[in-house]
Amino acid sequence: MAQLDQTNMRSGSGAGLLSIGLGLGIVLTIFMAARTVDARFQVHAFIMMGAFICALAALVIGLSAGRFVQDQGRYEDGVIRAGVIAALFWAVIGMLVGLVIALQLAWPSIFYFPELGWLNFGRLRPVHTSGVIFAFGGNVLIATSFYVVQRTCKARLAGGLAPWLVFWGYQLFIVLAATGYVMGVTQSREYAEPEWYTDIWLTLVWVTYLLVFLGTIWKRKEPHIYVANWFYLAFIVTIAMLHIVNNLAVPVSPLSSHSYSLFSGVQDALIQWWYGHNAVGFFLTAGFLAIMYYFIPKRAERPIYSYRLSIVHFWALIFIYIWAGPHHLHYTALPQWAQTLGMTFSIMLWMPSWGGMINGLMTLSGAWDKLRTDAVMRMMIVSLAFYGMSTFEGPVMSVRAVNALSHYTDWTIGHVHSGALGWVGFVSFGAIYCMVPWLWKRPRLYSDRLVEWHFWIATTGILLYIAAMWVSGIMEGLMWRKYTPEGFLAYSFVQTVSAKHVSNMVRALGGAMYLTGTLIMVYNVWRTIAGHVRQDETGAVLVQPSASGPASTGLAAAQ
Amino acid sequence: MTYETVSRLAQQGGTIYFVVLFLAACVYAFWPRNKAGFDQAARLPLDEED
Amino acid sequence: MWKHHQKLERHSLLLVIGILVVVAIGGLVEISPLFYLESTIEKVDGIRPYTPLELEGRDIYVREGCYLCHSQMIRPLRDEVERYGHYSLAAESMYDHPFQWGSKRTGPDLARVGGKYSDGWHIDHLTNPRAVVPESVMPPYAFLAKKELDYRDIADKLRAQRAVRVPYTNAMIANAAKDLEAQADEFSSDGTALKQRYGPKVNQRDFDGNPDQISEMDALIAYLQMLGTTVDFSTYKADAGENLR
Repeated sequence: MAQLDQTNMRSGSGAGLLSIGLGLGIVLTIFMAARTVDARFQVHAFIMMGAFICALAALVIGLSAGRFVQDQGRYEDGVIRAGVIAALFWAVIGMLVGLVIALQLAWPSIFYFPELGWLNFGRLRPVHTSGVIFAFGGNVLIATSFYVVQRTCKARLAGGLAPWLVFWGYQLFIVLAATGYVMGVTQSREYAEPEWYTDIWLTLVWVTYLLVFLGTIWKRKEPHIYVANWFYLAFIVTIAMLHIVNNLAVPVSPLSSHSYSLFSGVQDALIQWWYGHNAVGFFLTAGFLAIMYYFIPKRAERPIYSYRLSIVHFWALIFIYIWAGPHHLHYTALPQWAQTLGMTFSIMLWMPSWGGMINGLMTLSGAWDKLRTDAVMRMMIVSLAFYGMSTFEGPVMSVRAVNALSHYTDWTIGHVHSGALGWVGFVSFGAIYCMVPWLWKRPRLYSDRLVEWHFWIATTGILLYIAAMWVSGIMEGLMWRKYTPEGFLAYSFVQTVSAKHVSNMVRALGGAMYLTGTLIMVYNVWRTIAGHVRQDETGAVLVQPSASGPASTGLAAAQ
Repeated sequence: MTYETVSRLAQQGGTIYFVVLFLAACVYAFWPRNKAGFDQAARLPLDEED
Repeated sequence: MWKHHQKLERHSLLLVIGILVVVAIGGLVEISPLFYLESTIEKVDGIRPYTPLELEGRDIYVREGCYLCHSQMIRPLRDEVERYGHYSLAAESMYDHPFQWGSKRTGPDLARVGGKYSDGWHIDHLTNPRAVVPESVMPPYAFLAKKELDYRDIADKLRAQRAVRVPYTNAMIANAAKDLEAQADEFSSDGTALKQRYGPKVNQRDFDGNPDQISEMDALIAYLQMLGTTVDFSTYKADAGENLR
């Protein structure tokens, strides 16, 4: 055993290389902060410098205290625990900012401050979108992917300290992006707003992420690569490609926070929406389908309904998604052949989307009672229902005739939120509720009843939100094109704005309810981590915890 | 290269390319000899003992 | 055939390559023709690069996230053309790095807002939108009028624009700051040179009505007032063969 332990332990873990990199980073950021005349660039140089100094200090202290020992017989779960906490933290921030901007549209004279430009809708909206998509969603994806790849490969995460570099590097990216937005540092590319230097930093982090994930797959003790890992891999690889191409730009100077995109006009628009739509397809869909393919079978304690369907689902989905981008540009100056192509593939996309949904739903066949007894399971299944709904609505909206009405209106906002709140949010909450007791070695969640509260409040919030946006979106679309019998436009633009006032209030209420649900989850998770269990609850759901390391099965097999 | 050529190439080529890929994925997924491996893989999330 | 797929299943590198091939081709087939297909962008007269002041205004437009609520893309639908003007041409955004077509109309389209309202209306409206339009939900931008425009790097900006193929000449870059100052002052003696470089239709006046400083308000209004005004539609033949796409 002693021998085995020695071979299983490796210290160092690339700490030397990492500290050299951090040292170089500190020198570079000092130079950047000292030489620039751009105040916003200087703030970012200081933020990066601070992050690198803290990381170097943590590295030195950790090394001298003999930390960072890599026990190959155990899974690397520390970084996943950190990821779960970060996801919850950013969820609250991102949704809170979303609520603020919803209130701004409902009551502009109360929630705008003439002297505080950084609190304006235009500055905060990217904080909301990036906050919930990349900060919350991204941390969920990084944490769950690290969890799933270790369990399904029966191998510890590869790369020594590299997973921690991915985690902290990604948090630095979020901080740079969010502080940039409130200062007005933006490329004005929706969902790709961060400027060139933040993009370069994210590229470094992302390549490390890919290598850690691949490295772990290479170490696997199983002959197969489980299908969830296919989806994670497609998400990581494709996002890398999209991110690099869409962010090609020429900085005003090497010391400026501003840049001009390499492409212009119609080409730029198509590249941006090729990116934008596939950020939905590969970040918000493929990544979260990976969660579905692991956590629903795991929670239901039965294998996925059809593994064969999952393979067809995978290839069809990633193939079709990549073509669908031009449906964001119907009736624009984009040539019509590209619009038609985008529309055709968008309609085809309905099929693989529903194939995947059915695969997830049917996994529960024979165990439907779990929908009633297990609120976490119900959350994940309802997420699939919302996924099915929004992947039906999406193809409908991509038809040119429908798009003529829906484009530029709140209908689009409602569509996005039924996918984001219903699908991405709920499947993430489900995965977090599953993982927290497993990761912190707790017998169960603090309270299942609070999960019920979370579920019902959030579900009601989503329904209010999307109903309000359907009403206001279709209403404004119809008002814009309404003619009087004499042949004049019936409404001025501002009449359509004031007509949306009630919908805007209902939307804010729905968002507030969804945020309330999230806060309940934060409380529940916090009490679970603290080791508390609500004693007055009966019939608590116990789902078997997962292994804490590959060693037990691996060694048993070896002996 | 004209508008018509590009439009035809993209629309017909894209469809053929998709059909070929889809059939290939189906053949792979439903090839009888792959079944055992898939059944094994499907159990991967469940085969974890402490 | 199936053996090859078996490898794909088991060997992650092949899986990565398979993914890359599948996701790269769609983008290539859709996007790359736009770069070499001549019919993608119409040939029209009047399109010119932004003047230095307009470019600064455009950067403020981007900084404040105006594109999140205002589109700059009029679709060829009857109500849009009647409400906003001639539908947008691809040529009109050929020097837009990045494009500002937008995706949402919380506020009206701005593709042809240039010349629709007076400078004074824009100042009042940007300072306090609800003073002009009571039902408006737009944020207030009063701070723009107080903030002096920082154009120390305007020559660098033009140079970066030239690097992405906007046809700024050496003279335009060398005189960037001078042109910027000239455009914000209708009495400037450099105005002739500015109009020689950027065309006679360039608006030259004190946009924010405050002669003491060139403010961010000056730049933003200069940008808004030129939007959609460059193409002469009396000479544009929408039905001509080369303009059909």
